[in-house]
Amino acid sequence: MTSRPTDSGLAPGSASRGSLSLNLRVWRQERPADPGGFQSYRLEQVSADLSLLEALDQLNEELIAAGERPVHFDHDCREGICGSCGFLVNGQAHGARAATTVCQLYLRQFTDGATLTLEPWRTRAFPAIQDLVVDRSALDRLIGAGGYCSVNTGQAPDGNANLVGQELAASAFATATCIGCGACVASCRNASASLFVAAKLAHLGQLPQGQPERQKRARSMRQQMAVEGFGSCSSNLECEAVCPKEISADWISWMQREGR
Amino acid sequence: MSGLPDPRLPAGPIADAWRRTSEGLPLISPLRRRQMTVLVVGTGLAGASAAATLAEQGYRVRVLSFHDSPRRAHSVAAQGGINAARARAVDGDSVSRLFADTVRGGDFRAREAGCQRLAEISSAIIDQCVAQGVPFAREYGGTLATRSFGGALVSRTFYARGQTGQQLLYGAYQALMRQVAAGRVELLCRRDLLELITVDGVARGAVCRHLLTGALEVHTAQAVVLASGGYSNVYFLSTNALKSNASAIWRAYRQGALFANPCFTQIHPTCIPSGDVYQSKLTLMSESLRNDGRVWLPALAGDERPPAAIPEAERDYFLERQYPAYGNMVPRDVASRRARELCNAGHGVGPGGRSVYLDLRDAIAREGRETIEARYGNLLAMYERITGDDPITTPMRIYPAPHYTMGGLWVDYQLMSSIPGLFVIGEANFSEHGANRLGASALMQGLADGYFIAPSTVTAWLAGHPTPAITDDHPACREALDRARRRIAALLQVGGRRPVDAFHRDLGALMMERCGISREASGLRAGLQQLAELQQRFDSELGVPGSAEGPNPELDKALRVADFFGLAQLMLRDALAREESCGAHFREEHQSAEGEARRDDANFAHIAAWEFRGDGAEPLRHGEDLTFTALQPSIRSYR
Repeated sequence: MTSRPTDSGLAPGSASRGSLSLNLRVWRQERPADPGGFQSYRLEQVSADLSLLEALDQLNEELIAAGERPVHFDHDCREGICGSCGFLVNGQAHGARAATTVCQLYLRQFTDGATLTLEPWRTRAFPAIQDLVVDRSALDRLIGAGGYCSVNTGQAPDGNANLVGQELAASAFATATCIGCGACVASCRNASASLFVAAKLAHLGQLPQGQPERQKRARSMRQQMAVEGFGSCSSNLECEAVCPKEISADWISWMQREGR
Repeated sequence: MSGLPDPRLPAGPIADAWRRTSEGLPLISPLRRRQMTVLVVGTGLAGASAAATLAEQGYRVRVLSFHDSPRRAHSVAAQGGINAARARAVDGDSVSRLFADTVRGGDFRAREAGCQRLAEISSAIIDQCVAQGVPFAREYGGTLATRSFGGALVSRTFYARGQTGQQLLYGAYQALMRQVAAGRVELLCRRDLLELITVDGVARGAVCRHLLTGALEVHTAQAVVLASGGYSNVYFLSTNALKSNASAIWRAYRQGALFANPCFTQIHPTCIPSGDVYQSKLTLMSESLRNDGRVWLPALAGDERPPAAIPEAERDYFLERQYPAYGNMVPRDVASRRARELCNAGHGVGPGGRSVYLDLRDAIAREGRETIEARYGNLLAMYERITGDDPITTPMRIYPAPHYTMGGLWVDYQLMSSIPGLFVIGEANFSEHGANRLGASALMQGLADGYFIAPSTVTAWLAGHPTPAITDDHPACREALDRARRRIAALLQVGGRRPVDAFHRDLGALMMERCGISREASGLRAGLQQLAELQQRFDSELGVPGSAEGPNPELDKALRVADFFGLAQLMLRDALAREESCGAHFREEHQSAEGEARRDDANFAHIAAWEFRGDGAEPLRHGEDLTFTALQPSIRSYR
């Protein structure tokens, strides 16, 4: 895990409590074709118990009251499981804290007066939409290219027909926890979706149910990666470092042997 | 509409009734299926599974989701597991036990035939999910593992660590994406349903708004399936994802779909409480913590000392005191009510005095810190992350939060609403949970509806109603478009400066106070009055920036919150009309001397189904009587 405590804005130690003031440099871009640029805002004495997204909610209410367009960002569950949220905080996907989505960053982790630069995922495969929002539908198309077991409803054999050892089940589960947030792509200098694809291939490829289509799936998903404009693996493991679900990049090496 | 439609309940004994019913349902030839379009709204467990299955059967399916991807749907957040009755000789579980637990858990306010069907289908759901590659937990020998959950006496909950909903949703999502790639499903993301289109009283499509362009779109179909989830966000702060909303079912209600049991909402006792006014979410903490944590409050009202400074003699372990037999393990609703009472009496702790302590101190002393950390490690880390407090050294603070809504659109046994051609599945319908849902039963119901029930009943409907396609400029479509346009224009024209979230917070606080953990007649009446006042302010002070074109998340929210206002009024009315306490609906007037819920089977053993009769007119309350043949109503007691 690469942590950069000097420019991360992270406060040393644990709970700061009380309130703090923050400088936000936020990427504003009304339309995909606009050039876009950073706009600075100051949040005065906000509660340290708020999450970063809640601080953005507060900023937006102030902007609305002032008649300005609020900052647009994707979000939904706010507990780190839906994968909707995601942007760079001081250059790092989901911020500096390990194993965390941006909705689970709390202000008490930052020092009073810190400047936080918020900008969207920047990669050709994720076209800009507005402000911090990008189009990640390429990830859905990757799944459509084979990230499933072809079994129609009603065709399933008994659930215990295939035994799966505990270790194998746990390993498959660990790769299946990918939430499709796109941080791995956004952090890769080649904008590769290798970790995303490897996670899905490893999830299904480790289980007996995934065997019949295993090689075809690997070829098809890899091919789709190229079609969508994702680059090849840059081997610098930044994807693993930013993954909120801590999916191991070892699976990318594993994937190289699949479907060949 | 005159009265209640026929619920089409099966004749004869309820055991095996679903097999008998489904075998008698008409079929459609594969060739004809290709010419029929089904519109599915929502991509959670119910919607994604229904859409994938209908496409597998050969229909043209069009799917609407307000998310950027179907995989985001709130089903993803379900933690605990999924119930299924897979009888094994040594365990003693059976279909009839799961059936009985579901009926009892719902406090005898659900249809027994529906509960029976759920129990009968449950095992096939597990088979289907396993075949999709859902990585369920396994026993050492490699068979599927189960755990007991929610006080059940048998071990029938299948799980994938604490992320069962996520894994089941990904199974359904992947099945859906397979059909999208095959060209059988047209997936339309970032769309909000604004109006239902009906022709001659039959559902024929929907008007939706593209959330990026603002364009209003007409989607026509031969049948419409709503799988748009529950409405806990009427309370603003809940365990639901922030965008979960009631607009699809509320718009259908206004077009004539009956709304059943709107006041049946479940409150979960162990959630991380709110602290700041800008807090947006209440995060669920697994109930399993009550196995080892002791719940307490300062015995002295207004005691502001930190917990460590309060001596043992001045701590009130109120659940252990009031329920010596069950102690901290009393059911969700009982624990929630007792916490609220004491907080109202000034004993609460934390910001605003709205939380209680859940203390692991004695468990750590008894079993050691390592054991407790191993047992609850991920939960403790989550708590620490959100609150900044270390639960090993200081008691956790918890408070009940709205979590699930048993109420929803009324459907018959075939999951069709009172609008012919409109099917409602998953949490969006009022379904089989009665007045209270059992833990790990939501996932079961969503997938039973989506994979197994709706595909065959939608087919049966289409077989009997081969309606010709309608064009997008049909008068009914134009009329629905006009309704949507007028609502958008009205919200943009208010021209105030108060953001929609500010109104949503006020609405939520009102509903939590008047129609939350505990309800009583004068409070509900006062709530209706306050709601009308808040509605007036909403109509005159709301500030929605921007225009109807392009992305405008504030407009998205304003449309949803406007619908929550309508639903809130119906919830208050329903809670007022139901003069009994049952399940999660607790009316203070209807309790025993010991403070326990008092059900009134003589007068309220029915489903309340509300009919919209126009703005300004009183909605009409219909009652569908519930009869019990397999299990006779009994009274629960935990003292």
